[in-house]
Amino acid sequence: MNFGLVLDVAWLHVRSHGRQTLVAMAGVATGVGFSIMMAALMQGSQDDFIRQLVNALPHITVQDERRHAPEQPAETAFDAVRIYGLTPEVRRRGIKNPLAIMASLEGWLPGAIAPSVNVQGIIRYASRDVGTSIYGIDPRREPRVSELVDQMREGTLKDLYGATNAIIIGDRLAEKIGARVGANITVQTSDGARINAQVVGLFHAGVRSIDEGTAYVLVRTAQILARQTGLVNALRMRVNDPMAARSVAARVERETGYKSVSWQEANEDLLSTFVIRNVIMYTIVGAILLVASFGTYNIISTITYEKSRDIAIMKSLGLTERTVRTMFVVEAQMIGLAGGLIGFVLGYGLCVALGSLEFKSPFMDTSHLPLAYSPVHYAIAMLVALASSFAAGFMPARKAARMHPVDIIRGAT
Amino acid sequence: MTKGDTALAPRPEAAAKVPLIEAIGVTRILPGIVPTTLVHDIDLQVGHNEFVAVTGPSGSGKSSLLYLLGLLDLPTKGEVRIRGKSTAHMTEEERAQTRLTDLGFVFQFHFLLPEFTALDNIVLPMRALGRLTRPQMRKRAADLLDSLGLAEHRHKRPDQLSGGQRQRVAVARALANDAPLILADEPTGSLDSKSSEQVFQILRDLVDDRGKTVVAVTHDLDLAARMDRRVHLMDGGIVSDESPGG
Repeated sequence: MNFGLVLDVAWLHVRSHGRQTLVAMAGVATGVGFSIMMAALMQGSQDDFIRQLVNALPHITVQDERRHAPEQPAETAFDAVRIYGLTPEVRRRGIKNPLAIMASLEGWLPGAIAPSVNVQGIIRYASRDVGTSIYGIDPRREPRVSELVDQMREGTLKDLYGATNAIIIGDRLAEKIGARVGANITVQTSDGARINAQVVGLFHAGVRSIDEGTAYVLVRTAQILARQTGLVNALRMRVNDPMAARSVAARVERETGYKSVSWQEANEDLLSTFVIRNVIMYTIVGAILLVASFGTYNIISTITYEKSRDIAIMKSLGLTERTVRTMFVVEAQMIGLAGGLIGFVLGYGLCVALGSLEFKSPFMDTSHLPLAYSPVHYAIAMLVALASSFAAGFMPARKAARMHPVDIIRGAT
Repeated sequence: MTKGDTALAPRPEAAAKVPLIEAIGVTRILPGIVPTTLVHDIDLQVGHNEFVAVTGPSGSGKSSLLYLLGLLDLPTKGEVRIRGKSTAHMTEEERAQTRLTDLGFVFQFHFLLPEFTALDNIVLPMRALGRLTRPQMRKRAADLLDSLGLAEHRHKRPDQLSGGQRQRVAVARALANDAPLILADEPTGSLDSKSSEQVFQILRDLVDDRGKTVVAVTHDLDLAARMDRRVHLMDGGIVSDESPGG
């Protein structure tokens, strides 16, 4: 087969039918462009959601509880013994010897670890009371496991060491009670513990519920408030590879005996909904591509049918069925390729336009639509466009090329 | 010396005794609820350097016979031989190759490809055959157009040419690969008398000056009378075959 001839004739056909070619290319471009946009949008929102999950929370949290009740001495001594419904003895909650546990974990943990103590309380200032979650943190370790250091608007984490009972509060909380840095506020828990604290910093997480209802103090200050000296409520870890958090958590739990929860386990229900979400995403993108490919098929096959007489003429001249068929397939592929490339530009432009839109919410900072710019989206859209163009050129060209040239020549005028 | 330079000279086979093309017991029946016989039991031999008119009333099977001779259609029974070689068991590709090398077609309607210039229409079968280089093809196409009085129309598309000019381009295309046999189906049927005469004269010259064989279907008996041999068909069968000698 003379492929140079095939290319030349296909190119001539494409070139000499400017309007039809443009319409066909526009059809392909629209399908490709919008499917890229949809894929970017759906994938982007999912990635953003996971990113927020991974970044906003510790990758692993060692909690002050155990997954299973501790074995009783009788169970240890006799294999046949199993005890159910035992009322456990009352123990003080909390992780014992946190410093020793952290030291042993740091020997192998691929990441960082920080302790925290959580206590619910009320912040009182200038006769205003606001319910607050108070976290005791270690300012030296905290930057390695959370974003708090980047969220500081006034002061630094190390300022917690700068005053007795120093406290960092959310900027909206400060605004609500009218406190500034340097203000002396009262912190009281439901157990009756009460301290006077000095505001040494303000943070802004960007989520209203956090900025209005969270405060940070030193671990030991929180332990005083929680009346649990020497104990912490949680050990929070950030690992180098967030996707490995599940296996690291399992090892931590084996070694410490405390319930160790990875971010995947904590959000298992949410992550499982992504399967459904992905099905929906691929269905929508697939439907767009399918509709676009029907349009492509329609236009290109019409062009090919219109060329039935030319096919008969070329066959009568001595061109083979395969050569003639290939000409029209190549022609369709040229349109598919050019339309796909224009679709790339259109899809990218739509993504940029959507990404520039600003959304304001009273509960969140101003945000933009999350979009994923993935070459895979472009490749899939192009492959579908080329496949539908191929089918659009091949089917009618095969039919036309199989027709008896005599039938077409007799019928032509 | 290139093939392009010698393309217009008669082929050496012109002197050979083997018929250029022959139909042996050729019958073509169109299948259907009521099968239609287009031609039946056709025996015909056409030698080198002949100018043959195929005549007959409408529906007598003239064009059908031409398409069978040109391997555009396949006989239901019998066979067509070209230079003594049977075409009965040829594949589609072999028949296409034979059309490229041995046969040239001229139809009632020019059937030029509308997007192509006159020159490119003629180059197309040459490119499909692929025996010449691009410059040789273009030179040969230009020479053919010049020889048919179309030198200044080389780069015009069919819609920029008159009916007679288009038909002459179609003749030039039929000669593109220097085929020894030209099959013409009512070549002057859609032309005015002046253009008809021009095209007829070109066909005459192909036989007289270039040693080609022309088999032309026509219903114009005056035109047929000016050809060397007249094969008359009636109801799908040959009823008379008048040659100058007989």
